Amino acid sequence: MSSQAVNPSHQALREIAWGFVLAIALSLITWALFATVRYQWRWDALWDYRFLIAHGWMMTMLISAGALVLSIALGLALMMGQRSPWIPVRLFSRGYVEIVRGTPLLVQLLIGYYIIANALHINQAVLVGIVLLASFEGAYLSEIFRGALESIGASQIEAARAVGFDRAQMYRYVIFPQALRRALPGTAGQMGALIKDSSLLSVISIEEVTQAVKMTNAQAYIALEGFIPLAVLYLALTLPLSWWARRLEARFKFDT
Amino acid sequence: MQLTAHHLTKRYGEHLALNGACFDTPADVRSVVLLGPSGSGKSTLLRVLGSLLLPESGGLSIDGNPLSTDEAAALQQRRGNGFVFQGFNLFPHLTALENVALPLRVVHGCSDDEARQRAIEVLERFGMGPHREKRPAEMSGGQQQRVALARAIASKPKLLLLDEPTSALDPMMTQEVLDLIRELAEAGQQIVLSTHEISFAKKVADWVVFLDHGKVIESSPAKEFFEHPRSDLAQQFLEALTRYR
Ligand SMILES: Nc1ncnc2c1ncn2[C@@H]1O[C@H](COP(=O)(O)OP(=O)(O)OP(=O)(O)O)[C@@H](O)[C@H]1O
Ligand SMILES: [Mg+2]
Repeated sequence: MSSQAVNPSHQALREIAWGFVLAIALSLITWALFATVRYQWRWDALWDYRFLIAHGWMMTMLISAGALVLSIALGLALMMGQRSPWIPVRLFSRGYVEIVRGTPLLVQLLIGYYIIANALHINQAVLVGIVLLASFEGAYLSEIFRGALESIGASQIEAARAVGFDRAQMYRYVIFPQALRRALPGTAGQMGALIKDSSLLSVISIEEVTQAVKMTNAQAYIALEGFIPLAVLYLALTLPLSWWARRLEARFKFDT
Repeated sequence: MQLTAHHLTKRYGEHLALNGACFDTPADVRSVVLLGPSGSGKSTLLRVLGSLLLPESGGLSIDGNPLSTDEAAALQQRRGNGFVFQGFNLFPHLTALENVALPLRVVHGCSDDEARQRAIEVLERFGMGPHREKRPAEMSGGQQQRVALARAIASKPKLLLLDEPTSALDPMMTQEVLDLIRELAEAGQQIVLSTHEISFAKKVADWVVFLDHGKVIESSPAKEFFEHPRSDLAQQFLEALTRYR
């Protein structure tokens, strides 16, 4: 609200200026902190492993993209399952969501890979990784979708019936468009979480970017150098997402 | 329009919202006003009349045609009506124009152009032409209700059902909306409405149905009802409503 009183280009300039000041302050603090650690920094050692790291980053993007698509499908299925009139389907979906959300991803990955995938004789780690990650994020997405759908009030449903929509038309023209708008910001947030969660896949020896950095550290006999670029590589994926989520939120604010 | 209701019952859980409501109106009646204290069953009766709710028992016919309780038939019946509720029943993600045009297109089989043309025409008639590209959140309550009325009459419904269409509005906006409803009634639109605006009811009603606790206490010509209410309940109700007006 206060930004309305100020000229918008002024406001943007101010934000840029402040951003600059904060960035410098942050750099100084970081530099001071690093200087206190009695450690011989060997940044040059990283450079030799740039292709390994780049490859890992690609793998992270690939896995995230795959898991993303799959998790949205799973989230929708679980959401519908939780609303199903059929008791076993409803119980299964509810139970799945509770168990998956209530246990650490690390445990799910270890059990999923070393026990379940092993028992099924599936040994493509990347594929298993995508499925396990999607099955984890899908549980969260289903709750986001369910919340969005259930937030469409009874008065909207009555209005849809009153104008003569049948059930399919009601979902198509009234419920889904509004639910989608409400689900988008949360979904974008969950996508960011998914990208970061993919770092855990290193425990099932998938060479995504975190694993690549760990390998670099080991092979180059360095301890910490790789983690700074690692953070930057994740931010390069998550910052645009959160920027997009904010835009969506602003855009749909007046719509519902 | 001839309305005949016959021992209608509708319950919400244990609670009987309609408890054997009976009334009928002669065929020359155009506007029926439902009156009664809060919780007496006016909204429930309107929803039953509009096939939005199915009664548990009893029968209802409009102009001699009994209303069907089968869901497919109820959908067809709903498509012949226009409905306006207390408030906030526009689709918030659509502009005023789309709120009116969408049902015309997908329910009433108009082409894109026809629907748009018709929607613009009705919105302009209600003074909403300049606001047609606005979404509900960008309009005042009175403007929203005018759009809701436009949406309800755009399909030229046989019967217009209005459930306290002004109870969420301030006095100025209430006047705007009531004037429109009165114009519609005077132009011959068949209307059933519930309201607490007693002086408005006096002006538009041909017939009054007075409810209490889910029963019809009185069903009589408007003039007769307002001048000589037969039941004590209706007398008290009218007195209470007119005391501060
Ligand atoms: N969805 C519902 N669930 C449970 N009870 C309901 C529901 N809708 C209405 N009722 C009950 O049914 C009774 C009749 O309600 P109704 O809304 O028809 O009254 P009304 O005459 O329209 O009242 P008002 O003037 O306050 O709008 C009330 O006692 C109300 O509490
Ligand atoms: Mg009511």
